[in-house]
Amino acid sequence: MKDYELFTKDTKAFIYGGQTAAVQRMLDFDFMCRKDEPSVVAMITPERSGFELFFWGTREIRIPRITSITQATSRYPTADVMINFASQRSAYDLTMEALNSDSIRTVIVIAEGVPERQERILAATAKEKAKWIIGPATVGGVKAGAFKIGNAAGTMQNIREAKLYRPGSVGFVSVSGGLSNEAYNIIARNTDGLNEGVAIGGDAFPGSTLLDHLLRYEKNPDIKMLVCLGELGGTAEYDIANAVKDGRLTKPLVMWVTGTCAKVLPGQVQFGHAGAKAKAAIETADAKNDALRKAGITVPDSFDDYHEKIKQTYTKLCDEEIITPAEDFTPPNIPVNYKQATAEGLVRKRTNFISTICDESGEVHNYCGVPIDEVIEKNYGIGGVIGLLWFKKDIPVYARQFMEMVLQIIADHGPAVSGAHNTIVAARAGKDLISSLVSGLLTIGPRFGGAVNGAAEHFLYGFRNKLASRDFVSQMKAKNVRIQGIGHRLHTVENPDKRVELMKDFARSHFEKTDLLDYALSVEQVTSQKKNNLILNVDGCIGVLFVDLLRELKFTDTEIDEMIDAGLFNALFVLGRSIGFMGHYFDQRRLQTSLYRHPLDDILYDVPSRPEKVG
Amino acid sequence: MAQKGIREYDAKRLLAKAVPEISGNKLRFNDELVLVSPETDLETLPNKHTWLKDQHLVVKPDQLFGKRGKNNLLLINVDYDQAKAWITEQMNRQITIKQTNGETSGTLTHFLVEPFVPHEKEYYLAFTSKREVDVIHFSTKGGVDIEEVWDSVVTIEVPVLADPAEVDIASHLPDIANKGALSEFIKVLYRIYCEFHFAYLEFNPITFLNETIVPLDTVAKLDDTAAFQCAERWGKVEFPKPFGSSNTREEAYIASLDEKTGASLKLTLLNPNGRVWTLVAGGGASVIYADTVVDLGFGNELANYGEYSGNPTTELTYEYTKTVLDLMTRTPDPHGRPKYLLIGGGIANFTDVAKTFTGVIRALEQYKSKLQENKVQIYVRRGGPNYKEGLESMRKLGERIEVPLEVYGPETHMTRIVSLALEEVSR
Repeated sequence: MKDYELFTKDTKAFIYGGQTAAVQRMLDFDFMCRKDEPSVVAMITPERSGFELFFWGTREIRIPRITSITQATSRYPTADVMINFASQRSAYDLTMEALNSDSIRTVIVIAEGVPERQERILAATAKEKAKWIIGPATVGGVKAGAFKIGNAAGTMQNIREAKLYRPGSVGFVSVSGGLSNEAYNIIARNTDGLNEGVAIGGDAFPGSTLLDHLLRYEKNPDIKMLVCLGELGGTAEYDIANAVKDGRLTKPLVMWVTGTCAKVLPGQVQFGHAGAKAKAAIETADAKNDALRKAGITVPDSFDDYHEKIKQTYTKLCDEEIITPAEDFTPPNIPVNYKQATAEGLVRKRTNFISTICDESGEVHNYCGVPIDEVIEKNYGIGGVIGLLWFKKDIPVYARQFMEMVLQIIADHGPAVSGAHNTIVAARAGKDLISSLVSGLLTIGPRFGGAVNGAAEHFLYGFRNKLASRDFVSQMKAKNVRIQGIGHRLHTVENPDKRVELMKDFARSHFEKTDLLDYALSVEQVTSQKKNNLILNVDGCIGVLFVDLLRELKFTDTEIDEMIDAGLFNALFVLGRSIGFMGHYFDQRRLQTSLYRHPLDDILYDVPSRPEKVG
Repeated sequence: MAQKGIREYDAKRLLAKAVPEISGNKLRFNDELVLVSPETDLETLPNKHTWLKDQHLVVKPDQLFGKRGKNNLLLINVDYDQAKAWITEQMNRQITIKQTNGETSGTLTHFLVEPFVPHEKEYYLAFTSKREVDVIHFSTKGGVDIEEVWDSVVTIEVPVLADPAEVDIASHLPDIANKGALSEFIKVLYRIYCEFHFAYLEFNPITFLNETIVPLDTVAKLDDTAAFQCAERWGKVEFPKPFGSSNTREEAYIASLDEKTGASLKLTLLNPNGRVWTLVAGGGASVIYADTVVDLGFGNELANYGEYSGNPTTELTYEYTKTVLDLMTRTPDPHGRPKYLLIGGGIANFTDVAKTFTGVIRALEQYKSKLQENKVQIYVRRGGPNYKEGLESMRKLGERIEVPLEVYGPETHMTRIVSLALEEVSR
């Protein structure tokens, strides 16, 4: 590569940092320029190796992630550019490391706020090694039709409109990166287009200067005219005036120094850039524009005729046949990103998922439309949250309390029941929390914990078919079906279950109607006459009262059936009993119990001597 | 950002800590100094700094301006009671000072109190930075405007890649007493200048007494971008605003919004009676718009300088626009002439133009009658993502609020709306 060229169509670069959007923009630019290969060979990201997927037109390609500059340079020795997105804290060290590598020749430093002494050391080191730094505090630049630095030149629409996909005849350099799009636009509208554009960055001591780049453009035979945008503060523009005077710069140069308004502003105004502050008369924009004008450079009277001067200079070069206007072509289309197309209303697609109970995509996530902070502030409690997420209803306080009461009652029923037993056996086998819990939960069904469900179904059947309690009991007897939710091991009519009493009292004082409970109790009167422990038990009471609650909450019979069918009562049992199962798991862990093995004498071995032969 | 002036007090405090550290305790530096602010209790101050009662003192304002002697703001060789009386008298006083670049008015709020040091020799010593070298200036003719005795100044240039500890100072200094000790001291100060990320350090005058440097007047700037690596070495350093810079309520409000967000919002009120107001997106573009108003000869009509950038939220652009519109429409022009609002900007990189215009439009809509009352004419120019949609909304807004409004896109030169408006002004 020629010494005046930093970037060509074949340039290969590393991106330091995880800026995937910038990489995609570079690849889109490459594709638009009809290049054969992407300009980015690897991302250097110390936190992760592997690869990242990008689009090359419509096709997906992999670009490796490498964790250090050393590995990157040894794997890709032909890559000679590093675009350094590291923060101000590490930008210096990483740029130094890149300058000290054998293969990296140009480092672009994006970070703002690199200390000035470090910037000066970087600049001096680069000079000593005949290498280049662009920045710090820059968006970078673009070599039209060849290479784009990171996010420079903005959107693809802008790149297309400013014809940056093919080289023109103008070399441009500015301090500011924010204005480079505007400059590329001006150049595209008044000449045959940009050849190369660089923003050196707004700090007082940039790694390369306006003049450094103008001298490169001077040597480049493809560049026929120079355009430059300076800024108040510092004296770099005088170096340009001197270079014109002593013949180092001979190509036509149109230049303007911004900041002429400083003289009407109070005090010493510091504009956005660190370097943009005139500390002496010679650093003002007016003084610099004057000096440039005196050196023979084309300086407009104000920015307002900057474009006119550019156009005049270009036209003259065309007339003199120094410039043959660059040929244009229609660049390939870059598919719009789906996200952007959606934002612009250009595409639509069907969703594969739907959620009607909650939404976390906004600023504050919500449960069925109630923001989570309101859930806390207004004390929805577990019952209220179940209302929102299970029923999609903002249920009244008594309903929340009833559900919490139920959860407390069914939270545990000792270590002997099948679910707790399974949890304990799994815990003792050294399994983790989730496995042990699930081992217990898997037993929940028609037999274990299923009575709630069954009771609700049985009593609803009798109630809906308007069967007199006595008829209901005989029907069930005739079908040989045990009525679920009736019967207790210890409690009797005379010695009632306190839990059942509490639930009944609560329902009677808070529910408007307790139709199913009343029906179940009329059934209990019949059964308890047969035997005094055939009473409505906890499971049965929960089952019928839950149905009564749903009716209170204005659910229709069909909806209630659907919920029972979907396993609502099991859900309630699973939720409550998980508390107990996890309690048993933690208990076993604390006790450091060993592997359980069932005693042989507790097993009846009744195996035939030989199996029956069949077939 | 970058080079920021610090108080003489902070500079000397920092050096008093750094000199023994960097010289391996071979050199020392006066650490008897105190900063008096409006909150300082002058009655109890000597309890903490007992030397105030034992020594003769020097008192001077410490607010980033020089020429304090010439402005009669220097009290020398007094006892504590005299110092106290003088500070009490000067505190919160409005003053106007003469400086090289004109007059500045402001309020006195901070004073540096140090021991008075009787001396004969007054030297000049300064450290500055250029792109490729650091520059050390020394002169035996300190205590005066150094420009007037520039011939006497010795200049030592140190390349930026050189080792500060290896710099040869002595051979450059003129033949004076204590030359060896003095050059050792300068070397230590230079190392501190480098390692502590000073951007500027000037002693005028400085004297050399009992084997130690005694700075009489010190001016210093630190590179505040190095704060992340110098936090411990600097201690608690304050970066005061330049003397005399005070904000209007509106400027302070915008500054407070600016501090709260990652976006950038700036507002400087230049001339509330001016008829050309700017509302420009982007730091670079905003300077060019203001430049062009000035360059076309209407600097006296330019009412404000400001910018919004870095993708501010709709709420922020709304607040910003409202603040500008409020200032602009307080009183109609006494001669009944129109006012001009330039809603300008270059071609944005990634900022959604339509989105940022939403806030601007909301504020303009709210000020409909005020804009009409003040005969405001609006000129819009902008490019970038979604600019067509944004410009179309602006066009419709003009019709809706019945205010003359012209809209231009990237096909029109960025500052064309300035000349369009100014052609109207001069009519």
